Amino acid sequence: MHRILTFLILATGAIFAADALSGQVEKQPLNMSAIVMFLIFVGATLGITYWAAKKTKSAKDFYTAGGGITGFQNGMAIAGDYMSAASFLGISGLVYMKGYDGLIYSIGFLVGWPVILFLIAEPLRNLGKYTFADVASYRLKQTPIRTLAASGSIATVILYLIAQMVGSGKLIQLLFGLSYEMAVVLVGVLMILYVAFGGMLATTWVQIIKAFLLLSGATFMAFAVMAHYNFSFGELFSHATELKGIQIMSPGGLVSDPVSAISLAIALMFGTAGLPHILMRFFTVNDAKEARKSVFYATGFIGYFYILTFIIGFGAIVMVFQKPEYLDAAKHAISGGYPILGGSNMAAIHLSHAVGGDFFLGFISAVAFATILAVVSGLTLAGASAISHDLYASVFRKGRVDSMTEMRVSKMATIALGIIAIIVGIAFENQNIAFVVGLAFAIAASANFPILVLSMYWRRLTTRGAVIGGALGLGSAVMLVILSPVVWVSILGNKTAIFPYEYPALFSVTLAFVGTWFFSITDKSESAKEEQALFDAQFIRAQTGIGAEGASSH
Amino acid sequence: MNKETVEKIKANPDYQKLISTRNSFAVKLSILMLAVYFLFILLIAFNPAFLGTPLSSGSVTTVGIPVGMGIIVFAIVLTGIYTKRANGEFDDLSNSVKNSLKDH
Repeated sequence: MHRILTFLILATGAIFAADALSGQVEKQPLNMSAIVMFLIFVGATLGITYWAAKKTKSAKDFYTAGGGITGFQNGMAIAGDYMSAASFLGISGLVYMKGYDGLIYSIGFLVGWPVILFLIAEPLRNLGKYTFADVASYRLKQTPIRTLAASGSIATVILYLIAQMVGSGKLIQLLFGLSYEMAVVLVGVLMILYVAFGGMLATTWVQIIKAFLLLSGATFMAFAVMAHYNFSFGELFSHATELKGIQIMSPGGLVSDPVSAISLAIALMFGTAGLPHILMRFFTVNDAKEARKSVFYATGFIGYFYILTFIIGFGAIVMVFQKPEYLDAAKHAISGGYPILGGSNMAAIHLSHAVGGDFFLGFISAVAFATILAVVSGLTLAGASAISHDLYASVFRKGRVDSMTEMRVSKMATIALGIIAIIVGIAFENQNIAFVVGLAFAIAASANFPILVLSMYWRRLTTRGAVIGGALGLGSAVMLVILSPVVWVSILGNKTAIFPYEYPALFSVTLAFVGTWFFSITDKSESAKEEQALFDAQFIRAQTGIGAEGASSH
Repeated sequence: MNKETVEKIKANPDYQKLISTRNSFAVKLSILMLAVYFLFILLIAFNPAFLGTPLSSGSVTTVGIPVGMGIIVFAIVLTGIYTKRANGEFDDLSNSVKNSLKDH
């Protein structure tokens, strides 16, 4: 039981909810160098937004940045979307706490990318225009499929936003000394400005700049740590094990139960391939060639970044652990041990101070703030597109809408989502939100991914099968998370969980695929035959790009 | 795309070659990635001690470190291999299918 509990707390606490620096944090004194550097970032990005606003003239510009983004730029932006504050602070914090287990998790987050490249990237680019629902509904009935795909997208986006907003409030409070509410409002307002005025073009460049800053900062930290040990991993590890014990060099109790391990692996792998803000980025490049390059660069940047976080985590063990200046004296007095100020998620932040002093601490704090801003902007744009393109233009107006009206609706949706983000950010301040990012991944894996991949590759898919299967995936993912230990025991206060595993993906993804298969093959309607007959033409376009929507404005 | 064009493309040998070679290549690489990852996860679940074995006697670095780092590098290399082949060989085939439509 103890092992399961430890697993639960660490797995969900550190990874899926690392954005949400849960628990109480103390407001810190104003950190001037961090604030100045952050203001420079905001000034520069607002300048980009002004430039982007002038170039954003149609719905196509708004959703896809005009389609002129290169594979390298898009790879950087995708990596930026993926390298959230969760990855940076959460995984380095987990390495700091548990050593090797942190590496296990980063590998899980990476391995979905090759599969996205091999199976999804190219058909997605060739069939879609603005959202992944374009692809799922390519030969099926627009109204039900888009409604379902948009529900999956909006649910994923809002859950992710909750985690990001609460995390940002706590982080900014801790790093900058601003009040929680002020931090949340500031993030919400800046994000609305970027997205509503600058659309995808501004969102992409904010993401690229932030990815560059984050990779540079992390590289510097890892380099400083390694330089200290003459670039010998052996020396770094042996010093770290002297402090924390030899067990940090091997897998701990984190992944002890095979069902949970496989379920988590499925959620990470297929969930990544179903995240709407990631999928949307494939429409910003000109063709399938650039789409493939995007994934190659993104995988490279993300993999490199995870190697850096591993070094940073070990660096924090040798340079932050047991050091009196980072010790949380109050907690130390009560419970002993060597807790660090702000909790283990702050390990990378303290390390930045240890290797680069106040100035570099300010830089990394500003980068962490910028990271949150960039990630929430990408999420909001994806949510706004699902509302304006899928629900408003396609379902409500049946496609009879001009580009200007559609763009206006997406801007209104952006503002609405921004306000919702601020409200949920404030409402969830003291709630236990350990489950939200896990749930977002579960929904992406169980509702979005199966319909997307089956619509691309399976001739016999019908509207009925996709709607029932997708709804089963969505419904079961939500239900199983509620019945799991994370919500049923930790939040609702019941003694034992009805569903014993903390990750539902193994079951909900299977249910979605089996449901879609069964209700498709038993669908004998005339419309089902028509949908199946359209497969050949769709498959040719998906595989060759013949007839594909040229994303760039000619 | 009308029915006639669809049938014409399906009969094009370059198209058939593109579909069979690329899809089998993509499936093989996907299975390779999944197999490596699930093997790693199952190793952790059933035999974590193996990954905790020191690389050499007296060393604190364990087998798990190069294995873990290796999987990260492996994922990057696989995407590189696929991208290189798809942007060359597969795109050439796909362009020749496109050009065959223009001639008529």
